[in-house]
Amino acid sequence: MKAGSNLEKVLAAGHFAVTAECGPPRGADPEIVRKKAAYVKGNVDACNVTDNQTSVVRMSSVAGCVLLKEMGIEPLLQMVVRDRNRIALQSDLLGASALGVRNMLCLSGDHQKFGDDPQAKNVFDIDSMQLIHLVRTMRDEGVFPSGQKLEGAPKFFIGCAVNPFADPFEIRVPRLKMKMMAGADFVQTQCIYNMDKFKTYLEDAKRQGLHEKVKILAGVTPLKSAGMAKFMKKMVAGMDIPDAVIKRIADEPKEKQAAKGIEMCIEQIQELKEMEGIAGVHVMAIEWEEKLQEIIGGAGLLPRPVVD
Amino acid sequence: MITGTPKPIEEILEMVDPYDRIVVAGCYGCVTVCRVGGEKEVQVLSSTLRLARETAGKKITIKEVCLERQCDPEYIEQMRSYVHDYQAVLSIACGAGIQFLAEKYTTTPLLPGINTGFLGVTERQGEWAERCQGCGDCVLHLTGGICPVTRCAKSLFHGPCGGSVQGHCEVGKDTPCGWQLIIDRLKALDQMDNYTKLKPYKGWNTSRDGGPRRIVREDMI
Repeated sequence: MKAGSNLEKVLAAGHFAVTAECGPPRGADPEIVRKKAAYVKGNVDACNVTDNQTSVVRMSSVAGCVLLKEMGIEPLLQMVVRDRNRIALQSDLLGASALGVRNMLCLSGDHQKFGDDPQAKNVFDIDSMQLIHLVRTMRDEGVFPSGQKLEGAPKFFIGCAVNPFADPFEIRVPRLKMKMMAGADFVQTQCIYNMDKFKTYLEDAKRQGLHEKVKILAGVTPLKSAGMAKFMKKMVAGMDIPDAVIKRIADEPKEKQAAKGIEMCIEQIQELKEMEGIAGVHVMAIEWEEKLQEIIGGAGLLPRPVVD
Repeated sequence: MITGTPKPIEEILEMVDPYDRIVVAGCYGCVTVCRVGGEKEVQVLSSTLRLARETAGKKITIKEVCLERQCDPEYIEQMRSYVHDYQAVLSIACGAGIQFLAEKYTTTPLLPGINTGFLGVTERQGEWAERCQGCGDCVLHLTGGICPVTRCAKSLFHGPCGGSVQGHCEVGKDTPCGWQLIIDRLKALDQMDNYTKLKPYKGWNTSRDGGPRRIVREDMI
C-alpha cells in the first residue's frame, strides 16, 4: 500500500471502484457540504472535493475534505496549480495529510478568466505533471523537492485527470503515460459521452499496458436535460457530446428528460464495467448529488465493498 | 520589440491638466516601429493636446522631441539643456524609457502616454503578438522554437491542458493553443522525443520572481 486509503484498498482488491464529487459551497456554511455529503455516504469508495472549479471562489477543498471525513466519507482532495505556488502546494499537502486525507488529484485548473475574478494573477509555478512528481517525491522519498528532509512524509494515493477528447488526440495516450511515469497511481477521466472515441483511446492505452500500471476510473456525468447537454457541448472546452447522445435525450418530452439522463448514465456505467482496463467509475453528478444512489445502485454497484 | 498601446486621450488630458508647459517625448526605438511612440505620434499627440486645451480655454505650450532611445543615458542627456524650462514630461516611450528619464531628471514629473505591452512581433500590418516573457532561461531548442511560458496561457511545461480544442486555447478562439503549435512543430522536426520527456520544475528566479534583474558584462565594463 502506498497510502492505505480506502480507494487504494478497494482497487487493490480488484473491485470496480466508485468515486463521486462534491463541489464546496460559495460561502462558509458547512451544512451545505454536509447535506451534499449525506447523498454521497455509503455510495462511493472516495469522494472528490473540487478546488475552486471553473475559477469560481468556493470553500477550500482541504476544509471540504475534513467535513466529509468527519461524516465518515473518504475524501479525495483536488488540487489545482493555478492558485498556489510550490511553497503553498507543499504546505497544503502536508496539512491535508496531517488531517487524514489520503487521496489527491493533481490538476492544472481552468484559466481564471472563466470565474468571478478574471483580473486575478495566475500562478502556474509548476504544472499538473510536475505536481504529481512533487507529491510522489514527498511521499516515497520523504524529502521536499528541494531535497530537505520531511518531518513525516505525506501519505497520498496520487491521482491525475486526463481528457481523452481534447486536441490533439494523438498525444492523449502519451500524456497518460507521462503522468503514470511522473507518479500517478490512478486517473479519473473527463466526462465520457463519446464512447467510440473513448474506446479508441483505451485500446491504445492498453496496447502500451498502461491500464496495468495506473488504475483508470472512467468519468461520467448524468445529463439533466437536452439543454444541459447542448450547453456543455458549446461552453465547456474539451467536452465531446455526440449529436446522437443529445438526440436521445432531446427526443424525450421535457419532464422525462432527467429520468432518461439517469437511465443513459446507468447504461453507460454498465458498459464501462464490462470493459477490460477500466478499474472504476467517477460519477460527477453536478449539483445533482441526490441522484447518486439511484445511479450507482442502478448500475449494480451497491453496496460498496468493505476492504480491510 | 517592446510593444505598447496609446493611453486614452481623456486619461492623458487628466494627467497634464495641472501643467501649461510640457515636453512630449518620443523614442526612435521599438515604439517607433510599432507606431505608438515615434516622431509622428509625438506630433499627433501634441496637436491633439493643444487643440483640446485651447477648446477648454486652457492653452498649453508643448515642446516636441523624439530621442534616439530613451533607454540609453547618452540620448537622455540631450534633454538636459531644456527640460527644466518645462513643468513635466509626457513620454510615449516604453515603461523602461519613461523610468530612465525619471531617474535622470529627478525634479521633473514624468507622465506615461502609452501603456507598455509585451515583447512581440508584427504578425501583420497593425497587429502585434507576444512571443517572449524574458524569463531568463530559454528552452526554445526543446520546444520547436515556440515558447511554452509565453504561448501557453498557463505557461505549462507539459501541455496542452484539457482545454485545447481544434488548435485554440480555452481562453478564447482568437488565441492559438501554444502546445498545439509546439506539437505540430516537433512532429515536423521529428523531435517528439522532446515532448514525452519529463521537464524539471522551472526556476522562476531568473524571471521577474527573483526580483528586479540586472545583467553585468565584466568584459564590457
